Order: sequence, then C-alpha cells, then structure tokens
Amino acid sequence: MKDKSFDHSVHIENIATLARIHLADQERQDLAKSLDEILEYFDKLRTVNVEGVEPSAHAFPLYDILRDDEVGTPFDVKTALQNVPKRRNNQVIVPKIVE
Amino acid sequence: MDSEIFYRSVSALDTLLDSGKLTSIELTKAVIERTKSIDAKLHAFISFDEEKTLNEAAQCDRRRKAGKKLSNLDGIPVGIKDLISERGQPLTCGSKILDGYVSPYDATVIERMRNAGCVLWGRLNMDEFAMGSSNENSYYGKVANPWDISRVPGGSSGGSAAAVASGETILALASDTGGSIRQPAAFCGIVGLKPTYGAVSRYGLVAFASSLDQIGPMGRSIEDVATLFHVISGYDDKDSSSYPVDKTNHNIESVKSKTIKTIGIPTEYFGEGLNPEVRQAIDDAVGFYKKAGHRIKEVSLTMTEYTMAVYYVIATAEASSNLARFDGIRYGYHSESAKDAVDLYYKTRGEGFGSEVKRRIMLGTYVLSNENFESYYLRAQKVRTLIRNDFMEAFKNVDLLITPVTPSLAFKIGEKSADPLQMYLSDIYTISINLAGLCALSLPCGLSSNGLPIGLQVIGKPFHEHEVLSLGYEFEQAHDFKNMHPTI
Repeated sequence: MKDKSFDHSVHIENIATLARIHLADQERQDLAKSLDEILEYFDKLRTVNVEGVEPSAHAFPLYDILRDDEVGTPFDVKTALQNVPKRRNNQVIVPKIVE
Repeated sequence: MDSEIFYRSVSALDTLLDSGKLTSIELTKAVIERTKSIDAKLHAFISFDEEKTLNEAAQCDRRRKAGKKLSNLDGIPVGIKDLISERGQPLTCGSKILDGYVSPYDATVIERMRNAGCVLWGRLNMDEFAMGSSNENSYYGKVANPWDISRVPGGSSGGSAAAVASGETILALASDTGGSIRQPAAFCGIVGLKPTYGAVSRYGLVAFASSLDQIGPMGRSIEDVATLFHVISGYDDKDSSSYPVDKTNHNIESVKSKTIKTIGIPTEYFGEGLNPEVRQAIDDAVGFYKKAGHRIKEVSLTMTEYTMAVYYVIATAEASSNLARFDGIRYGYHSESAKDAVDLYYKTRGEGFGSEVKRRIMLGTYVLSNENFESYYLRAQKVRTLIRNDFMEAFKNVDLLITPVTPSLAFKIGEKSADPLQMYLSDIYTISINLAGLCALSLPCGLSSNGLPIGLQVIGKPFHEHEVLSLGYEFEQAHDFKNMHPTI
C-alpha cells in the first residue's frame, strides 16, 4: 500500500451539516485547525498491517441478548413527558415538517 | 465527634454507626458542611439536594437503630457523577444542553445503592459528556485540584476525585471511558476502579462511547472502593452488555488475602514523555512487589503506539452517534430562534454543546462518513483487535500488569486547553484498558517534590477485579498514602 497521507482538506461545513451543528465563524476556524492536526495524528493507523484481522466492535463478542417479552411497569405519561421542552395536552410539540 | 469525620474509612464509620456513637445524619451533615465551606474553591459539585439527602440519612439511622441495617454502606454518603440517573434529581452531564433535565428513573447502580442503604449525596461536576481529561470542559465551571487549586483535578470525573480527596464525600460513583476514573484518581491522590466492560450495569448512565463506557467506584482506600464495587456489580437484564459475573470473589476477605503473582511490566509504558518523578514512584512500587515475593517480568505491548489514534477514532464515532439524540424535541435545551425543524436541530446543538463536544461529534461524523469509514473507523476497529490480542498474549505469561496511570503530574489549569492533541495524550496509559475490555485500578503510590499525588495502575484480566484490588491492597497496607490529605 502506498503510504500517502490522507487528504486533510476537511470540509467543515459539510461535516457540520451531517452532524446538524450550527457553528459560529470563529468555531469553524478553530475546528478546521484542530481537526487537521488530529486527523494527521490518526494517519499512523495507516502503517499497521491489518490484513486478515477481524474488526472488534466490542472488547469481547456480544450477541443479541433479549429479555423475556413480559409487560413491565411503564412510566405514566406525565413522567415520560416531564422533560419535553415544548408540550401541550400530554403531547410533544414539534416544528412543522410538511408543507 | 471527630472534626475530620469526613476523612474516616467506610469500615471505621460503619463501626461508629453500629455503636451509636455516630449517626448518619451527623456524618451527612459533616460532609455537607465540609462542602459548603470549601467547594467555592473546588467546584466539585454541580448541585445537591440537602433536604432529600438528610431524609435518606434519617432513614438509615432508623434502620440501624432497629438493628436492620442493609449493608456496611448503610448511612454512608456517596456522591454521584452527574451523568448517572437518580430519580427526581437533576442530571446535566456538565452540559448546557441538559440544563434543567430531571431524571425520571433510577439507574441500576443507584437502585443497588439504595438497596444497600447508601445516602445518595450530590451531583458531581465533570467534563461535558465525559469528554475531557482536566474537567475544564464543564458548562458549570472548571474543577480545581484540592492539592493545588491552580491545577486541574484530571477528568472527566474531576468533580468526583476532588470531592473524595477533600472530604466532601466519603465515596463517589463515576464512569470511565478512556481513563475518566483512573486519571483524576491519580491526580487527586485517591483510589479509582475501572471495572471490566460488562461487570457493572450501565442502565441509566448517559452514553458517551458505548463499547468503552463503564461505571466504577472512587474512594480513599482499596477497601472502601471494593465495598462499593461489590454493591454495584453483577448482571442486569436492563443492559444488553451486562455479563453474568461470578461474584464468588466479591468480598473483602478475597481482597485482603495475598497470593504470589507474576506481574508484568510493559516496556512501552516507560518510554519517552514519562515524567521522571512518576517513573521513580512506579519503579519503587515495582521494587516493593519484588521484595514482597512476587515475580516481576518485562512484557511488550507492541501496539501501544497506536492506542490513542484507535481510541479517538472509535470513541468519537460512537459519541457522534450517541449524541444524535439531543435534538431539542424530547428533552434538554431547545433553541427559541429556529425557523423550521432542521434549523431547530442546528441551533439547539450549536447553542447547547460546548466546543470539545462539538469537536468530537465533528471528528466522529467525519470518520463515519461514507468516504472515510473504511480508512478510519473500520481500520481502527481492526487495530483494536490487535491491541486486545497484545494484552491477551501478555496475560498468557503474567497475572497482572503494573504501569503509571498518567505520564505527568496534575498540570496547571489552562496549560493544555488550547491544544486538544496534547490533552488527549494525557490518557495514553489508560485508554488501552477500555479498548481491550480489561479491569484496572488507580491507587496513590507517591508524592512529587512539589507535593502532587502520583498514581499506580494495576491492570487485570477481564473480570479479575479481586486480583487487582488485592495487589493494590498489599501496597496500600505497607504505605501511608491513604491517610494523606490535601490542605484545603
């Protein structure tokens, strides 16, 4: 494998759009600089031979673990909605999403 | 009552409570008063509910009086890192985005502590969403190190470590994703245990990086920490990563019993960048164990160089996914100036998250994006396999490993905050344990020439917490670090 560096021309605006985060101008500049440095540091992973190595999603294999399908005691509506910032008549108010 | 009752051990307090010479109300009032008198300097607490806490203490006293104590921890105040749910109490994660949030349910660890009679004391400060190594990233203020208030307490459980070290609580319950229990424990001269992944239920813990997060105890002695660990550990069907742990060895007797072990010293942990005073303290500890009859063996963990890169790829990827839930709709901060649904997400997250959290979400989003997934995320997961293999290979020849916890002493507030990469490097000796799913202990093993604590890390095989605690206990018994307290 050719050991070339990744392209670090990170498109901050593009990532911020994917991450749904509004960034102020100064934040955008600061992040561009630090992300460049950090991604350059990540480049060292390119030097490791990982051929034939299985990826680990967890430290040890975890399989689907399901509880018995038994009815528990759910929250009452008031408790379930107590942290909703905008609510009315036991319902969550969301912005309009269809025209 | 002893004027420094807040520095007594759990077993000493248990004896006093049993004898009736001390009540939980008196003990709880002592930690509350201690907190009120010094926390303006430390900012270890984000909030506390005095009335609720004293009510719990009163119940403990009634139980003890009736001869119905629930455990040795009945009536003992335990502070809670502000990312573990306690029903009816605020939970902020150190973030503006959760300002005003009140937990509707108890985490499993909280339920277990209630069943053991613990007094659930205040909510402890932390780096926002546990992202940080200095506790400078909290929306609710930086935490200071009680040994020198111009220095950081470490992070992300800086509030927990500072509170335990200064007697603002007897014990604390915290979390460790890459060193967040062990590094602050080392900087503040206390004991912290990062249990094996799966050993303690995470139901009710706000997720940062789900393949790495683990809840663990912090205290001033091995015995105190072990006592709380035994209460919180064990299988929970509410957490799919929970493991049916064999609790046979989960008792203080097994911690106190000595057996001769083969201890590995990983060469790579003693290289460039290690502070000479830290190195000396660890060398002295190794010398102690050798003299005590243990076998010392040098081992090599060849993947050490790559651990930090692997960790920050995986942890930020998982964080970017976990933190997608903060959308301003169901809970937490809600931007008032949004013009439509998507704008609400942008503004809520832009205004609600702090700069380090944004950086990590951005990094995680980048490494998970279509064009970068294979070269960063998948590759990091493969190197993670090699890191784990490294440890498993070493554990064929040794029972435990000993290393420093941190490459440096507690650094000055502001010293590294402008350089995220340098900040990340302060976790270099702790992150591999989370990646490999091992257990590890941080315990005090020295004081530097300028009076700052130094930590020793004992690393064990998965689910061998009793072995790391036991090896730590042997060292602790032969030294007097647990009785040294900061002057504040």
